[in-house]
Amino acid sequence: MQLPTSPDGFRQRYLDLQRAAQERNARKIPPSDEERNPNPLPEALILHEEVIPGGWYWTTTLKRGTTLRLITEGGAGGVSALFWNADDTSERYFAGDTVKVQWHTCLTRGRLILSDMGRVLASVTEDRSGGHDTLSGGSSAATNLQRYGRADLRNTRDNFLLAAGKHGLGSRDIPPCLTFFAPVRTDEEGRLLWRDGVVQPGDFIDLRAEMNLLVALSNCPHPLDPRPQWAPSPARAVTWRSPAPTALDLCRNASDEAIRAFENTDALFRGDA
Amino acid sequence: MKSTLDPKTAIHDEIIPANAPWSRRLARGETMRIIDLEGQQAVDTLFYRADDPSERYSSQETLRAQGSAYINAGTRILSNAGNVMAIVTADTCGRHDTSAGACSCEANTVRFGHHTRYMHACRENFLLELSKYGMTKRDLVNNINFFMNVPIAPSGEMVIVDGISTPGDYVELRAEMDLLCLISNCPQVNNPCNGFNPTSIRVLIWRAG
Repeated sequence: MQLPTSPDGFRQRYLDLQRAAQERNARKIPPSDEERNPNPLPEALILHEEVIPGGWYWTTTLKRGTTLRLITEGGAGGVSALFWNADDTSERYFAGDTVKVQWHTCLTRGRLILSDMGRVLASVTEDRSGGHDTLSGGSSAATNLQRYGRADLRNTRDNFLLAAGKHGLGSRDIPPCLTFFAPVRTDEEGRLLWRDGVVQPGDFIDLRAEMNLLVALSNCPHPLDPRPQWAPSPARAVTWRSPAPTALDLCRNASDEAIRAFENTDALFRGDA
Repeated sequence: MKSTLDPKTAIHDEIIPANAPWSRRLARGETMRIIDLEGQQAVDTLFYRADDPSERYSSQETLRAQGSAYINAGTRILSNAGNVMAIVTADTCGRHDTSAGACSCEANTVRFGHHTRYMHACRENFLLELSKYGMTKRDLVNNINFFMNVPIAPSGEMVIVDGISTPGDYVELRAEMDLLCLISNCPQVNNPCNGFNPTSIRVLIWRAG
């Protein structure tokens, strides 16, 4: 493919990409696939099940092709997450690319979680709530003090330092995060809004690892969670043997951008058996 | 919101050419003005605490604290530790992005095609500037895109559209701690963030008033 030769040529090509993305994002998300993402999960598929107490963190590695299911016991609140390439942790979740590449700030079924290297960390193969935040981060001692009048409550910033620290990583390895089950959107003026009622107890999201991952999860209320008390419910994290993607896989074929992000990702594993 | 500072009293006055990287330390209390000389020019900017660069700009802390998705006059620029790094003291443009991140060769391949890999990009600029201070890609986080117009719709849709800055528009920040400031004068021509024609910018710095 050739690059355009004039500013007008670049503009026209961008407008074509924008139109394609807007048409695609306006389409209805296909219904859940009970066969590929069953609920509850059959015992035989489960690799590990972890109950993360309210306020706590958990880390796990996830092999390419396996899936992490996050289940919220108490509904909305928030499980903040970070992802690194387990084989080279300098590659990590990049909030800007994740939203920019998909022309959308909402993560839901069919969308991707992207690294800073133009590759796919994980695919969202199932999502029952549609309420996740890519824009406004997680809690800290300062936000807890502001929200609840106490700085000693557990918070996501410290949880990430602990989670990263257990793998030899530190503050420099903690970029902006994403928070599941935190239904944040913007209004017409750009104000951040919490959408009550979007996330229900028992809602879950399935994240299929597209490279070998190191994952950190922090089960702390999002700083915009309007509930007056700090009382996070347990969250369940289940790693499970998910079926291999088919040629028609929703995430791998979500868009031209997704196809190219997977081309970049698959190239990492081309030499593998 | 306009500034009352007089360019004649600035202690530093520099043109950053189109496509180029730049960095400089800013002492607490100093004010930096970034002027979009020809309009519609994205200025990718990062801040680090001068004496401990593991404390750095946080787009998410900044947005969460102000409760809205864009940077403008009055925005308190927050660090990953929740401290105020700088305050936007003047702004004649009105809206700046901090959610879309900087362009990179790798992201360009995904967004615009593999044939765009070998085009200059902001994260190339940032990596070179970071290397002067012993930092690496680990330190490269979501930045501020001054003069870049990226509306986020209530639906969540997010599109980089034509900039609203006109020639001479500026943004001004007062450092609230000793800072290291990195700039990439954005070279992107695959989207409208630079009007498909990257141009030079001007940076002025005033001593603490």
